[in-house]
Amino acid sequence: MSSNIKKNKLFEGPLVAAALKQSFVKLNPRVLFRNPVIFTVEVGTVIMLMVTLYSAATGDKTQGSLGYNFAVFIILLLTLLFANFAEAIAEARGKAQADSLRKTREETPAKLIDKLNKTAVTIIPSKQLKKGDIFLCETGDIIPIDGEIIEGIATIDESAITGESAPVIRESGGDKSSVTGGTKVLSDKIKVKVTTAPGESFLDKMIALVEGATRQKTPNEIALTILLAGFSLVFVLVCVTLKPFGDYANTPITIAAFISLFVCLIPTTIGGLLNAIGIAGMDRALRANVITKSGKAVETAGDLDTLLLDKTGTITIGNRKATNFYPAPNIDKDAFIEACVLASQADETPEGKSIIELANLNTRLLPTEGAQFIAFTAETRSSGIDLPSGRKIRKGAFDSIQKIVTQAGNTVPEETTQRVKAIASNGGTPLVVCQDNQVVGVIELQDIIKPGIQERFQRLRKMGVKTVMVTGDNPLTAKYIAEKAGVDDFIAEAKPEDKMNYIKQEQQAGKLVAMMGDGTNDAPALAQADVGVAMNSGTQAAKEAGNMVDLDNDPTKLIEIVEIGKQLLMTRGTLTTFSIANDIAKYFAIVPALFITTIPALQVLNVMHLKTPESAILSAVIFNALIIPALIPLALRGVTYKPIGASALLRRNLLIYGLGGILVPFLGIKLIDMVLGLFM
Amino acid sequence: MNTEMIGIIATFLITLILAFPLGKYIAKVFKGERTVTDFLLPFERLIYRFCGIDPNKEMNWKQHIIALLSINMIWFVYALFVLLFQGNLPLNPDGNPNMTPDLAFNTDISFLVNCNLQHYSGETGATYLSQMIVITFLQFVTAATGIAAVVVLFRAFAGKTTEKLGNFFVYFTQTLTRILIPLAIVIATLLAFNGTPNSFAGKDSLVTVQGDSVQVSRGPAAAMIAIKHLGTNGGGWYGANSCHPLENPNYFTNMLEMFAQVVLPIALVFAMGFFIQRRKLAYVIFGVMTLGMLTFMIPNIISETAGNPAIANMHIADAAAMEGKEVRLGVTASAYWQVVTTIISTGSINSMHDSAMPMSGAMMLLGMMTNCFYGGVGVGILNYFVFLIIAVFISGLMVGRTPEFMGRKIEAREMKIASLIALLHPFIILAGTALSSYILVHFPDAGWAVKPSAWLNNPGSHGFSEMLYEYTSSAANNGSGFEGLSDNNIFWNVSTGFVLILGRYLPIIGPVAIAGLQASKKYIPEAGGTLKTDTATFGIMTYAVIMIVAALAFFPALTLGPLAEFFNLK
Repeated sequence: MSSNIKKNKLFEGPLVAAALKQSFVKLNPRVLFRNPVIFTVEVGTVIMLMVTLYSAATGDKTQGSLGYNFAVFIILLLTLLFANFAEAIAEARGKAQADSLRKTREETPAKLIDKLNKTAVTIIPSKQLKKGDIFLCETGDIIPIDGEIIEGIATIDESAITGESAPVIRESGGDKSSVTGGTKVLSDKIKVKVTTAPGESFLDKMIALVEGATRQKTPNEIALTILLAGFSLVFVLVCVTLKPFGDYANTPITIAAFISLFVCLIPTTIGGLLNAIGIAGMDRALRANVITKSGKAVETAGDLDTLLLDKTGTITIGNRKATNFYPAPNIDKDAFIEACVLASQADETPEGKSIIELANLNTRLLPTEGAQFIAFTAETRSSGIDLPSGRKIRKGAFDSIQKIVTQAGNTVPEETTQRVKAIASNGGTPLVVCQDNQVVGVIELQDIIKPGIQERFQRLRKMGVKTVMVTGDNPLTAKYIAEKAGVDDFIAEAKPEDKMNYIKQEQQAGKLVAMMGDGTNDAPALAQADVGVAMNSGTQAAKEAGNMVDLDNDPTKLIEIVEIGKQLLMTRGTLTTFSIANDIAKYFAIVPALFITTIPALQVLNVMHLKTPESAILSAVIFNALIIPALIPLALRGVTYKPIGASALLRRNLLIYGLGGILVPFLGIKLIDMVLGLFM
Repeated sequence: MNTEMIGIIATFLITLILAFPLGKYIAKVFKGERTVTDFLLPFERLIYRFCGIDPNKEMNWKQHIIALLSINMIWFVYALFVLLFQGNLPLNPDGNPNMTPDLAFNTDISFLVNCNLQHYSGETGATYLSQMIVITFLQFVTAATGIAAVVVLFRAFAGKTTEKLGNFFVYFTQTLTRILIPLAIVIATLLAFNGTPNSFAGKDSLVTVQGDSVQVSRGPAAAMIAIKHLGTNGGGWYGANSCHPLENPNYFTNMLEMFAQVVLPIALVFAMGFFIQRRKLAYVIFGVMTLGMLTFMIPNIISETAGNPAIANMHIADAAAMEGKEVRLGVTASAYWQVVTTIISTGSINSMHDSAMPMSGAMMLLGMMTNCFYGGVGVGILNYFVFLIIAVFISGLMVGRTPEFMGRKIEAREMKIASLIALLHPFIILAGTALSSYILVHFPDAGWAVKPSAWLNNPGSHGFSEMLYEYTSSAANNGSGFEGLSDNNIFWNVSTGFVLILGRYLPIIGPVAIAGLQASKKYIPEAGGTLKTDTATFGIMTYAVIMIVAALAFFPALTLGPLAEFFNLK
């Protein structure tokens, strides 16, 4: 896992204390009923309690000694408590993580702007803010609640949420207008509109999910619960029918032995850890600074087939930079550079700014008084300036400038065309500049691919996930970058609806698609995608549409999310296998113990050479109880995912958890029996 | 290697070599491609017209199940009528009586569900008419029912998303006209030429060399014995089944009958590969099934050829377990048959299973408890499919991907059905055995026709095995008996009758329903992260799931039965 996942200890003092308390609270049968496997253990425990009380009251030894019955009762109770503890500690950890995010904004004062008198400001606690309220934030203020900037621009320190110390700029309008409660305004002044009512923010929803109140079982969990219930039913049957079988063989079997056999056989290990695994999955996502809106979204992430990634900021570092000026034939280089700078004067995009930077001219000397700036639009795909002198300068993509030039009856010089092609095929973006409908030259913009991104795509490919780069670049440039970065496919010259269409097309073919986005125009695609991850800095619409919110605004986060999803399923699968495989050893401990007195020949089956029938049964039940806490760390951390292909992964996990699951209990039960031998 | 081993290996290899082209042919028949038997088309059209079947009308999985259950219901009523009144109906040269109601119920159900558990003896309990128009008839149509059901499953996975899975009656009719009847004719002829009777004459009598007078039962036997094996039915013409010298006259007929019972179950696996165009998947399934067969067969052959250690301890050379076996067939061929007939639900016998060594008994029981290594015609694959779904689910989770099989997601509904069907088999076996044990212990002197205390011919573990075997055989629709059990009385007739019904229809409905649900789901193309189900790794996984489920459910019962007997044998 990458380093931006916060590491902390699995068991922290206060969390353990809270979880211990919860372990007892959760003994309530109405709560346990939701987990059929563990519920049946509770029924068994109650029966053992009654048997113990009965033998204590009457001194009847037909059901075994009082001490033996009491021991079985205590071990069963411990089994229950361990299972509850697993769930409780997972909840506590998730809650603690979410609480630390929430704490900062609980009691923050908010400067509420009166709705009628726009200048009057009253200070109220953030709790009293309602959806739609507008508040003011000035330098040094902590933003009290999530909202959207409606006026102003500010630098904001988001380190409380993201851990990233560099301040970010947030401004009204556009795709960077969201602010998060708990972050700090470092400069300037903004007016913010509350977008969520208190207690309904994504974080609040996530805390509710972790706490279990609204946590719905995912389809996968339901299917697994059914399978586990099926296994449990088989074992109910095995134990019930053992009574007449025992009668036939003239072997009385004690209630303690029946219940021990039953509890050992039913998959208590996975049953006890199932909820913990699910909660831990969401918790791991939260540790990676991703808020998930449902447990299902995390699982779906593990199944993803296709990943849509924006080029800018994901595959390449930030924005393109101007690297070269190529004047057209017979054009003076300085005059060309001046034209470039003029055309970029009003261009606020990073590319525009980088042109001015590269030109390194004193812009104040340039005659822009009374000039009219032409903004970039999706139709013209060019921008520029109309000077009072009548000079018209445009810069834009090759085909858009070519259109302007040819419409005026002029031609594009062959050399320029060649230059454009050369730049594009080297991964650069050519920006053609024309003045008064004559081509004056080409500006080369270059992308810089993020270091290490190739390895990440390699990893995704091994997981079986196809990566698709989305870019506004022309196909040639897009192809160059796609190849260099190692993505599988790309959408060039992408318009917002292209993403949507691509997602639909992939879904039609039965694939699961994920995308990241931040803009309002991304919202439909985020909603359409199976996993839509919205940047926390993005617009409210985008955050509503997606099913995850990334607090770090890190576009490569999807890779982690996929791994978390896979880990979640794998942890369930491997622990199920482990749990069922354990039964073989338990049979070899208990079945000979049941019948050895009447059929001595069955001593051969006592392969572990357990001392007495009673110690054999106790050892099996103790092992069954202890294995739950022993596996809690694994359940919380998740089974390590290795992108080595499905069949190799299956072989690996079958060896570790299948074969291991068969062997480990033989060892464990034998050891416990040896220890018990010291006391009995 | 001795001749006996070469005999069974040759039998298996011949079966395999012929099963492959047969599988290809079966796939072609049901795909509607050109085959050599197309000349039967006008005849089939005549059947469709006569029965009012529109062969082009496609059915969804529910309609298939309704069609299947309806025709079964009709056969049940019809067969019950004939069996109850057979003594008064024609073709009864030996003057055999009507069946008692409970025996008629048991026999009817038993043949209707392709089990062929026989609580009567063919020579004295049935007439030529009922042998022909009830027993032999049901042996044909129930085998065809199983195959038609599995073709529905093939169809579900052959194409992309669809609800339409072909016409049940067409599958059923073509199974009879194109597969079962032609093969049965060939095998019956070969049997007849080797000495199996095929006439309507009544008992013959002869005087032996010793001077004893012997009555020998005859009848149209060869025709029935062919389909008894081809359709994995197993019910014999004679009470002694294929141990009887006229039912299985020589080593060649023994090979022929062993071939006949295994060929279709194996051919159907190959047919699936051709039909759904996933040949590698079929090879993996075949591999797992063969591995399963060997798992049971190797201990069986070893313990049968080694014989009883108590006899070996008396310094008697070559102590192979010959009790209950035919000398002309030998130990190894009997051991091969014991395992084959139990893994594939035929249930015919060429030796007395009651006399087999305890370890062999355990292997035969396990063969029926797993019931899917090849398995009965059609139903074997359906049973295997249930375990395959469970294996796909667990291993899908283990590789971190929502489980899917053949491009369709496996979700809660499929798991519900698969768990239920996997649970059903141990349920009816254990519940039945528990019930009989309970009655035996607590009501030994109940005033029934046969007192419970007189049910078992053997005390202790072996007696327990007899009861366990009877219910296992019924649940697996196998039909072989451990014998030594007084089973022709109301308790056994009725209780096994219900086990038979439960063990037949639910395990057909369940997998067909899963396949139908899967077929209507969105098809997901295979991607890099998809778990491939046609690999050896996944094959081993499926094998492990089948074995572990059987072991977990039956370990205590097997311990008290054959294992206790085995460990006591010194």
